[in-house]
Amino acid sequence: MAQKIIAGVTVDVNEEGYFTNPAQWTKELAAEVAREEGIQLTDKHYAILDFLRERHSKGEALTIRSVGNSGIIDIKGFYGLFPGAPMKKAAKVAGIPKPASCV
Amino acid sequence: MKRLLILGAGTGGTIMANKMRKILDREDWDITIIDQHKTHYYQPGFLFIPFGMYTRKDVVKPKTSFLPIGVHVIFQVIDRIDAPNNHVILQDGISLKYDFLIIATGTRVVPDETPGLKGPLWHKNIFDFYTIEGALALAEFLKTWQGGELVLNIADVPIKCPVAPLEFVMFADAFFVERGMRNKVNISYSTPMSGAFTKPRASKMLGALLEQKNINIIPDFYLEKVDNEKKILVSYDEREIPFDCLVTVPVHKGDPMIGRSGLGDEMDFAKAHKHTLQSDFFPNIFVIGDAGNFPTSKAGSVVHFQADVLTENLLCAIENRPFTESFDGHSNCYIETGFGKGALIDFNYDTEPLPGSFPFPGIGPFGLLKETRMNHYGKLIFRWIYWHILLKGKEMPIDSKMTMAGKKM
Repeated sequence: MAQKIIAGVTVDVNEEGYFTNPAQWTKELAAEVAREEGIQLTDKHYAILDFLRERHSKGEALTIRSVGNSGIIDIKGFYGLFPGAPMKKAAKVAGIPKPASCV
Repeated sequence: MKRLLILGAGTGGTIMANKMRKILDREDWDITIIDQHKTHYYQPGFLFIPFGMYTRKDVVKPKTSFLPIGVHVIFQVIDRIDAPNNHVILQDGISLKYDFLIIATGTRVVPDETPGLKGPLWHKNIFDFYTIEGALALAEFLKTWQGGELVLNIADVPIKCPVAPLEFVMFADAFFVERGMRNKVNISYSTPMSGAFTKPRASKMLGALLEQKNINIIPDFYLEKVDNEKKILVSYDEREIPFDCLVTVPVHKGDPMIGRSGLGDEMDFAKAHKHTLQSDFFPNIFVIGDAGNFPTSKAGSVVHFQADVLTENLLCAIENRPFTESFDGHSNCYIETGFGKGALIDFNYDTEPLPGSFPFPGIGPFGLLKETRMNHYGKLIFRWIYWHILLKGKEMPIDSKMTMAGKKM
């Protein structure tokens, strides 16, 4: 298993840089991972990260539509906050595995 | 007299009615199954209809033909489940008490979720093939189509049978080659996923096949709306795809009744444990198949494997014992690749599809993760197996747990 030093902390990651142990995640690490993706985190970002981490901990599937239905933000806004591939980027910043899509 | 109530007489509900009627004593247990429709559709057959390989009569039979004697059947719309009081209320106001409940209400396509999808071009230039109506309308359209941009779009995941859209574009390629007009048709496959399939090795193998067949993959395309006037698909990040014929796999949802009953997630999929299949909310409710929020393929093969687990676990619950069975996410799919060939994948929650032979290690007769003629025959023979063995809950020579035997790492 690969490791990476983020903001002075050693964390377990996979080959694509996703956390393999969500328990190692902190808000400070999230800010650093986001910076690498070119994103400056705001409260709105953090609200989404909390939502994703909670759903992940319950073993529920993560989809862009579920974020759009969360009441935090609509899908268009989600794309605005995590440009390009919002779910993949948000999962990376949230310290959870890359969403596998349900198959 | 105790009652097992089954909601939905599709693949999962029918298999469970057959299995449980054999096990539960008729003196003690009433089994009642409820569905709003009288016709059973062989849904894997819908894929063959647009290309004239199957017609309506190949995919429909009456539901009652597959339900055993001794099971009560009610054809009615279900209004809601009153789970705290162990009752199911039907649309006409009738209320049925249950001791145990199986939710097998499946999933449905909801084109209305996407603006413009069900607009003026619906069933004129825009078709789905996940309903019998859509598949038949597309068959009519393709008979006289002169060519142009053929775009397949998956609006969102999860979808029923995640390989069906791939099979569709490969069948389309073969269809237009055989008609001598492949040079007049551009085929594109647009998907919200990052590749042809979700699991890495299968995605690579299937992606290469599409490339060989000159089918253009457009990944990470998350559909926002369809512009009927300009005939374009627009994604949330404002990319556009022009089409002359759009074949859509619309957003899927569970039965709205699940949502009304407070038993589902925001897409109306019933929330249940992925290994035990027990509802997250009530210990006497179980969920099978497409109706559930399980992180697995929504497919008949999954339902079939789940049925073995559910039979055991339901008995455990009835007899107040700890659960003895655990569903591993086993899924097994034949993939039509066109020109009389097919591929086969076999996987579960933890193991992605791997190459090898199936079901007998080293022998087959089916080849995993490769294109063979035998795999195509497997898919065709499967329709017979579905009607005559699978729905009736009879034994099949494939274990409900996935095995590594015959697979190569």
